[in-house]
Amino acid sequence: MDLNLDAPHSMGTTIIGVTYNGGVVLGADSRTSTGMYVANRASDKITQLTDNVYVCRSGSAADSQVVSDYVRYFLHQHTIQLGQPATVKVSANLIRMLAYNNKNMLQTGLIVGGWDKYEGGKIYGVPLGGTVVEQPFAIGGSGSSYLYGFFDQAWKENMTKEEAEQLVVKAVSLAIARDGASGGVVRTVIINSEGVTRNFYPGDKLQLWHEELEPQNSLLDILNAAGPEPMAI
Amino acid sequence: MTFTIPIDNGDALKNAETDSQRTLYPYVTGTSIVAIKYKDGVLMASDMGGSYGSTLRYKNIERVKAIGKHSLLGASGEISDFQEILRYLDELVLNDNMWDDGNSLGPKEVHNYLTRVMYNRRNKFNPLWNTLVLGGVKNGQSYLGMVSMIGVSFEDNHVATGFGNHLARPILRDEWHADLSFEDGVKLLEKCMRVLLYRDRSAINKLQIAKITEEGVTVSQPYSLKTFWEFQAFHNPTAGAQGSW
Repeated sequence: MDLNLDAPHSMGTTIIGVTYNGGVVLGADSRTSTGMYVANRASDKITQLTDNVYVCRSGSAADSQVVSDYVRYFLHQHTIQLGQPATVKVSANLIRMLAYNNKNMLQTGLIVGGWDKYEGGKIYGVPLGGTVVEQPFAIGGSGSSYLYGFFDQAWKENMTKEEAEQLVVKAVSLAIARDGASGGVVRTVIINSEGVTRNFYPGDKLQLWHEELEPQNSLLDILNAAGPEPMAI
Repeated sequence: MTFTIPIDNGDALKNAETDSQRTLYPYVTGTSIVAIKYKDGVLMASDMGGSYGSTLRYKNIERVKAIGKHSLLGASGEISDFQEILRYLDELVLNDNMWDDGNSLGPKEVHNYLTRVMYNRRNKFNPLWNTLVLGGVKNGQSYLGMVSMIGVSFEDNHVATGFGNHLARPILRDEWHADLSFEDGVKLLEKCMRVLLYRDRSAINKLQIAKITEEGVTVSQPYSLKTFWEFQAFHNPTAGAQGSW
């Protein structure tokens, strides 16, 4: 009976959800790994549940997919019965129901984010174990370890849509720089009263961080550049 | 109402093993709760932290909640199990209200219900990983009790969970007395919470103190405690012995 109280399972991925003045911005990296191999370098970890609610998936790819599939199915029926779009809170609670009741078998941390007419933009974190926590912003996945300090410093309330998205892209990019289990592109999804916008930021278009160099086509281009030969004394 | 994902791999024997849940481990946990009886009722203090292993991940979790009209429930341990317990109690209070007979569940009854739930889960090797503190006032009678994840249940004038057992209870044994005023009670709890802040790694400096009296429940706004670091010995700890700590 291994109690394992101090070391939670590390989860591949960086996922983020941020509220702003009018909606939410969800962000994620795109790396799916099996052991040390990158099985998919362009995965889409931000999955649609309804027209107005999306979920960021981390941890086991299989577990997070099956949970989101079930919840999408339940929400579809719920929407038909209700006669109007499902709320973010209901979506989060369905995720919680599955996560909590199957806590022994599932290994997935999720961030539910969306917009509804009653509460506006909302973010709910559902970590391992099935706790639900409503938060102004949430971070998850193994890459999130490197972002706690960043968000403590950089987060502020009532950001604009542009500020919020920039924050998310910067954060995922920083996490990718340090977390081996995160990488690829940064995907964002913005949800507000007007609808949903998907954005795509390829790895080579992101800002460079410490010890990162400007990508080149070849060494030959550097050698042939203007100035004295770099190899000459 | 639960929904477990059905696994159909044809292996009923193996499924039986995983279907019935066994002893788990906690993921998101709350640390100590400290509570005392005082003149008008019960005071209960907790911080607002939810730890994830050694990371102080969530800093806005309310771990003390009002139950019905006469009780306060504080929980340490796994937060998802606490949330589930709150759902059970919601149903209990709802059914109690539906009788519409003028009676309402008192702290003794809620404590008893929780004890049964915790002990029965323990017997099935599937505990709710919490230590619960139940305080309340009904008909002028103050009540304060505790239930652990293995079903151990008792009442006392002052209780504490987790680290609080080791750090807060000695202070309470020394300084608690009957008929504490509200101010003295709060100061006593704050003394305990400050020590916990110094010495419990999973404590955060953001706490709430909840009060329950015959009139009802009040949960304070979140606030932080000042800490003291100006001991001479803290300024120069290695003066007497270089390389020591």
